[in-house]
Order: sequence, then structure tokens, then C-alpha cells
Amino acid sequence: MVGLKFRGGGDVLPLVEMRGVTKRFSGVTANDDVNFSVEAGEVHALLGENGAGKSTLMNILYGLYRPDRGHIFVGGQERAFLSPRDAIACGIGMVHQHFMLVQTHTVWENMILGVRETPFILPRKKIQDRIAQISEQYGLQIDPTAAVWQLSTGEQQRVALLQMLYRNAKVLILDEPTAVLTPQESARLFQTIRRMTREGHGVVFISHKLKEVMSEANRVTVLRGGQNAGTVATARTTEEALAEMMVGRKRALDVERKPVSPGESVLEADDIHVLGDRGLETIAGLSLDLRSREILGIAGVAGNGQRELCEALSGLRPLVSGRIIVNGKRMDGAQPRKFIDERVHYIPSDRKGTGMASGMDIVGNSILKKYWSKPVARGAFIDWNSSADYAEDIVENFGVSVPSLSTPVRNLSGGNLQKLLMGRELSDSPKTVIVMHPTWGLDVSATRYVRNQLLARREGGAAILLVSEDLDELLALSDRLAVIFKGKFMGVLDDPSSVPIEEIGLMMAGGQGGSRAASAGDDARADKGASS
Amino acid sequence: MRLRAEKRIDAGAWTTFVSTVLSVLLAFTVGGVFLYLQGVSPFEAYFTILKSAFGSGYDLSETAVKALPLAIVSLAVMLCFTMLVWNIGAEGQALVGALAAAAMVRYFPLESKPAMLSLMAAAAIAAGGVWAGIAGLLKAKWNVNEIITTLMMNYIGMRLLEYFVYGPWRDPSSLGFPMTARFIDSARLPSLWGTRIHMGIYALLLLTVVMEVLLKRTRFGYEIRVMGDNAQAARYAGMNYVKRIVGVMFLSGAIAGFAGMCEVSGLQGRLQSGFSAHYGYTAIIVAWLSHLKPSLSLIIAFLMGALLVGGEALQIGMGLPVASASILQGLILFFVLGGEFFKNYRIRLDFEPRGHTRRPRGDI
Repeated sequence: MVGLKFRGGGDVLPLVEMRGVTKRFSGVTANDDVNFSVEAGEVHALLGENGAGKSTLMNILYGLYRPDRGHIFVGGQERAFLSPRDAIACGIGMVHQHFMLVQTHTVWENMILGVRETPFILPRKKIQDRIAQISEQYGLQIDPTAAVWQLSTGEQQRVALLQMLYRNAKVLILDEPTAVLTPQESARLFQTIRRMTREGHGVVFISHKLKEVMSEANRVTVLRGGQNAGTVATARTTEEALAEMMVGRKRALDVERKPVSPGESVLEADDIHVLGDRGLETIAGLSLDLRSREILGIAGVAGNGQRELCEALSGLRPLVSGRIIVNGKRMDGAQPRKFIDERVHYIPSDRKGTGMASGMDIVGNSILKKYWSKPVARGAFIDWNSSADYAEDIVENFGVSVPSLSTPVRNLSGGNLQKLLMGRELSDSPKTVIVMHPTWGLDVSATRYVRNQLLARREGGAAILLVSEDLDELLALSDRLAVIFKGKFMGVLDDPSSVPIEEIGLMMAGGQGGSRAASAGDDARADKGASS
Repeated sequence: MRLRAEKRIDAGAWTTFVSTVLSVLLAFTVGGVFLYLQGVSPFEAYFTILKSAFGSGYDLSETAVKALPLAIVSLAVMLCFTMLVWNIGAEGQALVGALAAAAMVRYFPLESKPAMLSLMAAAAIAAGGVWAGIAGLLKAKWNVNEIITTLMMNYIGMRLLEYFVYGPWRDPSSLGFPMTARFIDSARLPSLWGTRIHMGIYALLLLTVVMEVLLKRTRFGYEIRVMGDNAQAARYAGMNYVKRIVGVMFLSGAIAGFAGMCEVSGLQGRLQSGFSAHYGYTAIIVAWLSHLKPSLSLIIAFLMGALLVGGEALQIGMGLPVASASILQGLILFFVLGGEFFKNYRIRLDFEPRGHTRRPRGDI
């Protein structure tokens, strides 16, 4: 109540304030001199691309990381958090994307997790009464005796919220809370959030869904490349303006894209439908046609089916329906090995989790897609000498700096790991390259190197599908640009660099392509007649 | 102040050596205190262990006899563990292997030793392989947890064996003991060098070499190492995890089954209840302590054999109860396995006070 009265008053003390926060992770600056504050009674949205530093900033506020520089003030007093426990003691709570709940425990047992003052013998009645009171106050209906694993995702989120309120959190940080919810559950969550702000809580809402941010937040802070790109009231901005703040116009990267005319079609997808990890339709009737000597960029906000699309096109994810044709052969239903044999090379964004066996050494990882063919394979055996030669070539040609070939891959830096991965996938003149976020977490020189390598393959005759959230990267590299939204293409731009960035931003938010989108709709087929 | 465990990137050779030596020393110190409380001189007890395990040619041979099945079975489980498939049913696989071998002796007795032994080995390998393969198949088809299935199959194997040795196969002249009649001569693996060590040792040495080559030099071994390191990367490289799991389980069970046959054919000369002395479980520890390295497991199995022989000597020579010997063995294992933790983690002390308030700096 108090918060409401003072809001917009100007000189009112925020609940929490972060000033000049800087955090580096081994060379990468995740947060650079960021200011951020939350007032009582407001929803403050934190917007930005993946890797813009949103989660890092909030993890600092929640005590999971310690900032290299900068200050945190709670109610005007400076605080240093060594762990989430300290943050919780200051009334700051966070609900992660993956809820920190004990699945086998009941709701009420989860409430007291990490609460120090809990007596040895649990005062079950008292806890349940308190839950009932909080539930009533905030409209978070939940059965306190249910086991967490029995609850739906939306209900589990309510438990996580309840847990924070139980610990008297004044400031609640919600990390992409709607990413896991159905629209109905989201609507319900927003009701709860409104109730919390009415009670004087401050809510931080991490998201990259522009619509939600515009409708639910009072203020927005946009992070871009770890820096605060601006804090504005939602009443005084538009979705397009926010999209532009998010992607920005960074200085052009000096890569040269030579004009080459695309060749024949090598990879074709026809009306494919694919399920995501949670069993929901994630690719919903998408078609594309990828030709040699071209880069088709896929722009879009994270979580709109990019990863699922890449996995489907490399055989890692089964199709529900639709057709995939590679080099003229029907490939739907084929095993990943078939795709590899057709020289479809997928470079995943999850380099350590998918692309590498990180406990194995560089030689072992270099032959990951070679070990069944000559000269690496000799019958049932592996020729480790020629494997080492092969690894040596990759390391040399792609400038991977390694202590020795027997170094375990997990000891490589992010840049070197990506160079090794790119080297492995690009070495045998691939026909099709599917690459996701190739320059995530890389420094400037490694970024330029990786981009040049992709362009070189393009000139060498490869067909490249490039998924990125970095619009500058897409514009610098792509011959055509498709915008993906909810598993469909909102449009395909034949000359992407001539299109105003706001228009792309709008398409990323779900708007149809405007006048300049060459083939607006859900179809990315090139006009075969026009291209020779 | 807080204690924190930090993961080490790579334990150097020196760290590994020091932590191993320290943990063994610590184990014997604590074990010594325990022995002292039992009213036994620790020095005398340790001397007894050493002497009984390594004291003479005969003692060494007895240690080797104990180490032999441990080493073979540890090769079996190592194969699964490399792929991060938890076959803890080697005990049962060895039992059914022995059972199948004994069935051959009973129903298809052959005059020729090579023929009889080959038949027994084939039966043991098939039985052990199928026993483990069932768990592998369940895991591959329906993702049934292999830890549970292999463990439960142990009990089935155990009861099956008991059924036969208490029932239809019991030797009428055994005075009621649960055992079969002595095997015919052609069904016995010959002993070597006038000791109880039998020809299974050649099989062990051969298997160790084969396993080294299989894991390090073949495509099969490479695949299961990649799968063990990162199953998702394996899938990404087009490897068929589901197919491999069944094969690896079968092979693992086959080796364990063969170990069971060696034990009854080489050492016991008959099938009897409880012949395995829990080798199937102890071998799991051997496999871990040898870091899943086949050649190293020979040495570890021998040391483990020494511990088993020493434990028996403590019972007989110093009048300690069976439980005391087991506790001593347990203590030593506890510390050695605990030492592994310090190889991989560094312990840090944080002295910084927590949650303190600092005065705002000048930039306000």
C-alpha cells in the first residue's frame, strides 16, 4: 500500500538498488557497470537476448554470484551477499526457471527448506496455517499436503512463489516465469503478481516476451551485451522500440560477404511438425529450402523452436509429420548416422553438453564423426596414429590453442572449444551445415574467425543454416533471413539488410512481415524459377 | 568460517600418490586403534595379515587364488561401468554361470577334458550373458533401472542355485551338505605349480589384454567410452546407445559367468551353496579402485585378495571374531575410497564473515 502511494514520487527509497555492478567470467564481461533498482509496488521487467546478462545480474542480487565491482543497497543500506541465505535474510527471493523444490516432499515440507529458525520437531500445524494465510492473501491456492511431484508445472511454480513469500521476501525475482506455462497458467500468474505488488512487494520479471512485458510491467530495463541499454516506463515506450533496444545496432563486424549465386537445393523440409522436450508441438508446420552456396539465417526470440528445428534437420529429433529431403533423398525417420553420412553437419549451441565428450581428449573428440570410416577406422579397430594426425590438422587449420592433443576437452576455454568443434564439423567439406549460436560467449577475434569460417564454407559450396539471436550477426552473414515465431516462419526476407530493424523486431514478436518481406507467410521456399 | 569442497580440474600424479599413501596409512592407524580396543596388538595383527598373505610361496599362491575370481569379475563390471551402466549383478551372473557349467557336467559328461571344459565354458558364458542381457534388454526397451534389475536377478540366481544343490542335484553321500557330487576329472581345470592356482589364471591374463585392447583400440570400446562420458554426444555422433547397452551387458555377464565356472571347475570341484563368497560385490570395489583400468585391476585384485586372506588369518591366528576382520577390511576400504574424494576435491576454508554491512562508499 505504502509503495503505491509513493510510486513515481521520485525521491522514494527503492526496495533494492544495484549500482555499477560488474561481473566477469574468465574474460567475458557478463555485466558491465549496470544500475538497477526495484521499488515497492512495481513490476520491473528485465529484458534482453540470451547472454545479455539478465540471469547473471539477478543471480548477483540473489547472492549466487558475487559482483567484481558495484554495490547493492537494501532499503538504503549497503549489503554484501555471500549466499542466497543472506539475500533471503534481506527479503530478496528468486524463483528460478527450474524450481528449487524437493520433488518427493510435500508442499508444506518444502516451505521450511533453508529456514534456519525451524525447530527440530516440525510444527506442522503452524506451518500449514501460515501457508493457508499466505495462499488466501495472494490467491495462491495449493494443497499443502500434496507431494511436489504430483503437481503440474504451474502448481509447482505457485509452490516456489509461496516458498519465497513464506520467507517474507519483499522483492521477488521471477526468471522467465511464463516460459514453462500455458497461456491460462500465465494469466493466473499475472493475477498473483498484481496482488503481490498491491501488497507492496517489488517484482522483477525476467523475460524476452515483449507483449508480456508491455502488458504486465511498470518499468523495463533492457540489457544488451551486459550493459544497461536503458530503463523506461512501459507507458512511454512501444514493443518496436524495446525490440530495437534489445538487438541494438552494434558496430559492424568486418567480415566480407562476397556475392555468390546460390546453387541447387540440398536440404528441404516440407511442412514438418516436431515435438519439444515437454511433448508439446514446438515446430508447427514449417517448410524451408536450403541451397548450396547460401546462408539462410533464422532470427527469433529464444525458445520459439530453433533448437528443435536444428535437431529435426540433423536427425536427432523425430518428426511427427512432414518430409525432409537431403541431397535428393527422403530422410524423414532416418537415424542421425544417415544424416552424417549425407554430410549434414550440426554444430549445436550446447557445445559441451552435446557437441563434445568433455572428459575425453582432443584426439578422441576429433574423430567423433569419423571413427567408423577410413583412415581413422581400420576394420573393427581405431588407428590412433591417423586419428592423431587428423586431430593435429584440425587444431592447426582452425588455430585451436591447446597444450597437447591429449588434453581433456573440458580444460579448453570456450573459444578454443568452439574452434575445435567448428574445425571438426567444417573440415571435411560439409555439404550442409546447421549451426546454432556460433559465437555465443566468444571474444571479438574468435567471433570474427568463426564468422569468416562460415563464409568460407559458403563460398566453398556448402549450404548453411544459421540460427542466432544476434541480429547483427544474422544481417552480416545471411543471404536470406527467416524469422521464426512459435515454430513457424513469420516471413522470409530475401534482402535482409535492406529491411528496417524495427520490422524484423516486430516479426520476432509475432507480427507478420511487412511490405518488404519477400514471401511473408510460413514458407521459406526460395522461388526456384528466379534463382539459377 | 565455512568448509567448502572445490572440484579439482586435474589431480596431478603427486596428489594422487600422496593421497593414496595417506589414506592407507590413516586406514591402518584407525584400524590399529580398533584392534587395540579389541585387546589385540595392532602391530602383531598387521604382521599376521602381511605374513599370511605374502609370507611364503604358498601364502602368495593362496592370495592369488582369492584374487583370481575378483580380477575376472572386475573386468566384467568394468565394461559396464565405462559406459555408466551399473551392472551390480555380477554375483548372480557368476552363480548362474557356475550353475550352467555344473549342469553340463551332470547331463553331458564327456571323456575328453578339452571338450568337457569348452562345453562348460560355453554354457557358463551363455548363461551369465543371458542373465545380464535380460537386464540390458529391459533397460534398452523400457528404460528399466538396471541397478534394480541386476540386483534382484542376484537373488533369483542365488535361490536357483540353492534349489539345485539342496534338491535334485544334491550328492546323496554328502551327509546333507548342500553340494553336488564331485565333478568328473575331465571337468576340472588343472591346477598349476602344485598350488591351488588353476588354469583360469591364463584366461584372466588373456582377458585382461583383450579388455585393454577392446576398450582402447577398437571402435566398440571407443563408442562405449564416449557413451560413458556423454550419452548425448554419443547420440549426436550417431551412436546407437540402446543397441550397445544390450551387447555390453551380455558381454559383461558372460565374463562374470565364466568367472563362476572357473571357480567351481578350478577350485571347488563341485557346485555348492555360497561358493562365491560375495566376489561379485567385492569386484565392484576392485573395478573402482583401479579406475576402470583393466591392467591395474590385476594389482588391486591381488591386494584385495591379500586383505581377504589376512582377515581369515586374524580369525584363526589371533582369535578375532569374523566380524572384527570384516570391520578391519571395511575400514581400510573406507579410507582408500575416501582418499579418492580428496584426489578430486580440494578443501577450502572461507574466513570471510557473512552478511555483514559495509558503509556506503564515497560515490553516493
